[in-house]
Amino acid sequence: MDTAIEVSKAVVLLDRFPALAELDLTLPEGSVSLIQGPNGAGKTTLLRLLAGLVTLESGRATVLGLDVATERRRIRAAVGLLAPTAMLYGDLTVGENLEFWTRLAGDRSGSIDAALERVGLSDLGDQSVASLSTGQRRRAALAAVALRRPRLWLLDEPHAGLDQAGRTVVDELVGDAIAAGATVLVASHELDRVRPLATHVVTIAGGTARRVEVLPSTSSGRSAEAGR
Amino acid sequence: MRVLWAIAEKDLRIEVRSKVVASQVLPFAMIVLVLFGLALDADRATLRSFTPGLYWVAVLFAAILAIQRSVSVETASSAFEALRLSGAAGWQVFGGKALAVAAQLLAVEAVMALGVVVLYRSSFDDPVLVVTAAVGATVAISAAGSLYGVLAVGMGVRDTILPMLLLPILAPVLVAATRAFDDGLGTAAVNGWSWCGLLAFFAGVYLVVGGAAYSVVLEDA
Repeated sequence: MDTAIEVSKAVVLLDRFPALAELDLTLPEGSVSLIQGPNGAGKTTLLRLLAGLVTLESGRATVLGLDVATERRRIRAAVGLLAPTAMLYGDLTVGENLEFWTRLAGDRSGSIDAALERVGLSDLGDQSVASLSTGQRRRAALAAVALRRPRLWLLDEPHAGLDQAGRTVVDELVGDAIAAGATVLVASHELDRVRPLATHVVTIAGGTARRVEVLPSTSSGRSAEAGR
Repeated sequence: MRVLWAIAEKDLRIEVRSKVVASQVLPFAMIVLVLFGLALDADRATLRSFTPGLYWVAVLFAAILAIQRSVSVETASSAFEALRLSGAAGWQVFGGKALAVAAQLLAVEAVMALGVVVLYRSSFDDPVLVVTAAVGATVAISAAGSLYGVLAVGMGVRDTILPMLLLPILAPVLVAATRAFDDGLGTAAVNGWSWCGLLAFFAGVYLVVGGAAYSVVLEDA
């Protein structure tokens, strides 16, 4: 199996604070990884590094075979990031937002109607994003990520603010991504929710990957120290 | 160009919905014109002779608000990060944002032109020259403003710093646009078309530098 993510001695500074401190991590293509750890551990920074949104201070990182230091634009085009904020325009309707991001994505994107239906927002396509509830915005943001058909899904607390039906939608979308052969990273505190979907569990603390646990389908599980 | 048009169309659609420029920037510009009139004691002859300068100072003030609005559209919802993730090239985002600001500014300037006719009793002796100068100056202002707007975001400084960054850069545009309007409005005997050439030069420089620099900012912001 090819390597999707390879991070070696990665250091990322946020306001001179080392959010990632010589983090090592290797994950294969097609894997579903639960990224767990306390607040401030570096989970979000790791996802943003893999999305090409933050600069490596030192170390090396490749995403889908692309170097984070030199090929960030290509990486950004290949990943889908669900961030804590919806990253949608409040003055536009849900449909207009999705249409805009579809136009920017070009031929890679899928059907807007199908994406809205997938996240349970078929009836809200003509409603402005500003008028949506937090959970509905989250679903709209999920639809925007799904439309990109990313090879790497980076989901930051995807279940936050969602009702039970919304949480199921997230799980189903992750299932769709797995079926399409994508690699998925989910940073979450809802371990019981994500763990059944995961093939790997990465524990982060203090900006380093303390433990990478591989969960084979037998569920017996085995552990490996980070970076091996 | 598909991405550039999509970004410009998106910004204009947001303005149609929110009407921020129409309901806040334009009234502000008109108020500035009225205040200039009051400050100069409503002396029609003085107002007419100073119309080009007063007009373009008011346009610059309005432009700063329009540019801040253009930036806040992206930062309010973290959509700027989504733009970075879209894989769009820096020049495409820059071009789209600048085009939308230019379209909005031209609309504001058209209404302001009616304003100086009504308030200052000014007249346009050479409409072609006036329109050409307005387009050249607006492109220059929009290009420089869009670049400096995103630079302010990239540097993590407050948006109140934008006028301090932008106005010195736009001083040559203010001078050239005022001189061209002097000719177009018949308030001074100058060659307005030569000043239009200077405006075109600045517009070209700001477009090229903006397109190149925006890529760096989009990459590293």
